[in-house]
Amino acid sequence: MEVETSLSGQGMQPLLKVEKLVKSYERKNIAGSREKLLALDGVSFAVAEGTTLAVVGESGSGKSTLGLCITCLESPTSGSIWFEGRDIVALAESERRRLRPQIQLIFQDPSNSLNPRWSLEEILLEPLTLQGGLKREETKQRAAALMAQVGLSSDMLQRLPAQLSGGQRQRLAIARALALEPKILILDEALSALDCSVQAQIANLLVELQRTLGMTYLFITHDLAMAAHIADEIAVMNRGRVAEQGPAQKVLRQPREQITRQLLAAMPSLEPAVRPPVES
Amino acid sequence: MVPILEVQDLHVSYSSSGGASQSALAGVSFQLMPKEILGVLGESGSGKSTIATSLLKLIPSNGNISRGSVFFEGKDLLRASAGELEQIRGKRISLVYQEPSVALHPTIRTGEQVFRVLAAHESAAKSTLRKKTQRVFASLFPEEADRISKSYPHQLSGGQQQRILIAQAIACGPSLLIADEPTASLDPTTQREILGVFRTLREELALAMIFITHNPALLAGFADRVMVLYGGRIAEMGPARTVLSSPKHPYTRALLQSMPQNLENDNNGRKTKLPVIAGDFSAAQVPREGCVFEPRCQERMEDCRKREPAPINLGECHTVCCFKYGG
Repeated sequence: MEVETSLSGQGMQPLLKVEKLVKSYERKNIAGSREKLLALDGVSFAVAEGTTLAVVGESGSGKSTLGLCITCLESPTSGSIWFEGRDIVALAESERRRLRPQIQLIFQDPSNSLNPRWSLEEILLEPLTLQGGLKREETKQRAAALMAQVGLSSDMLQRLPAQLSGGQRQRLAIARALALEPKILILDEALSALDCSVQAQIANLLVELQRTLGMTYLFITHDLAMAAHIADEIAVMNRGRVAEQGPAQKVLRQPREQITRQLLAAMPSLEPAVRPPVES
Repeated sequence: MVPILEVQDLHVSYSSSGGASQSALAGVSFQLMPKEILGVLGESGSGKSTIATSLLKLIPSNGNISRGSVFFEGKDLLRASAGELEQIRGKRISLVYQEPSVALHPTIRTGEQVFRVLAAHESAAKSTLRKKTQRVFASLFPEEADRISKSYPHQLSGGQQQRILIAQAIACGPSLLIADEPTASLDPTTQREILGVFRTLREELALAMIFITHNPALLAGFADRVMVLYGGRIAEMGPARTVLSSPKHPYTRALLQSMPQNLENDNNGRKTKLPVIAGDFSAAQVPREGCVFEPRCQERMEDCRKREPAPINLGECHTVCCFKYGG
């Protein structure tokens, strides 16, 4: 497949480049025989610094596995993941550990990804303490600064996650991810569990952070409308492969692949022109 | 036509462990016609799920239905006995939940799970009920009814699991289906497929439906009427086409504007911001005088702070609770 990206023409060095990534899972069925499941079947793409690549696809297309491989939470079966010119798959664990803070993951449901018994301050301080190098006073200042960065008041630092609304919790998850000054955020359905009006608020926060910090995003989603809004490029995944990739507008306006057309047709939309009525 | 369901002035509140009482629904009234699909649109905390559970008196033990009536087939469900309710729940009115992987029993074959619903409500011979179960499966899984009914839930996809929940819900031939975010955990392709199933059932079984969701886009082209809930009150209600294409209430309007709509991003890569509703919902949870949306409203007026707006009729069954339109 020919990958058409904004990078190709400009000779820019991508921040993240994935090459022929394969991840297969083996599962034993009840009779004890093994089946192979190819979650990623030769995925390649690149993301330029300061841009957003949206990875879209149906459930089971491999988008979440991709995020897990890039954040080193799963090790790929084969292939390479180049981050700032180094292949993190091939790195020794000690070196990889130094790179990992720069790649942060944000999950779908903030109520399941925050420790319910920790105060917001403890949640924000954990990555800073683990990474070391900061004095107690400095970490406290940093926690307050992080809160401000995501639009939360530092008065709330002593609260528990349960005392926050869904949107505030996702803001906190973003603040925690920002604590170690990452270069790229992997957002795995980070907006899907939120109410529509809250989705808009968090999407705006992401756009704002990209503008001020030059953040790079891998935005994994099944929401094409949000992908169109937030992404520079879109990669459409299908059965563990990238079916199509290119500038967001081009992929959605002139889809080349059947799967992209299918996803567009299934897209819930308020405009009757875009969306035919549900057949009965 | 006689409405199949008539809800009048429903008030529900929950008490917290501290003893404080939090209002979830404050005076909700609506009617549902046979074969009608009513979309209930609301954010978390708007009271939309409380509608689903309070109609069948299934609210948690700290909930209290303090006022109102729910007339269904000539009976007020809120005043019905436990025995009477058991005859109605799952038989005349069914509930479909959000998360199929949690709602199904993990170690019972799906066919048996549907069979048990039938057995709980009908006294016919086992073989008759088995045949009926097969028919329900055949209608929802035309191609592989047999295999699916012999499967365990974990062997099925999310969409198939949701169809099993629907099979349970329609097995006894109800006249009203209440679905609380039935497609929230599914991807858009499967979502659309399940909406198609609901439409088919409505035609084939003459089902009326209350479809609860936070996503307005799901209701376009699907629901007949839309009820917009905010802070336990109906902000706006009317034909789906009217409410979704020319919303009148400032909340509905702001909500629809906050969604990325067209696939354009016109300004050459410069990412724009989405219009948002300022503040958050917690403002609506503080009991106060006046309109519940006033603290976040862009179009607030003098009156909004002083008293609560009553529903204004804008014609064609379209009502809105806002002083902009009189009152």
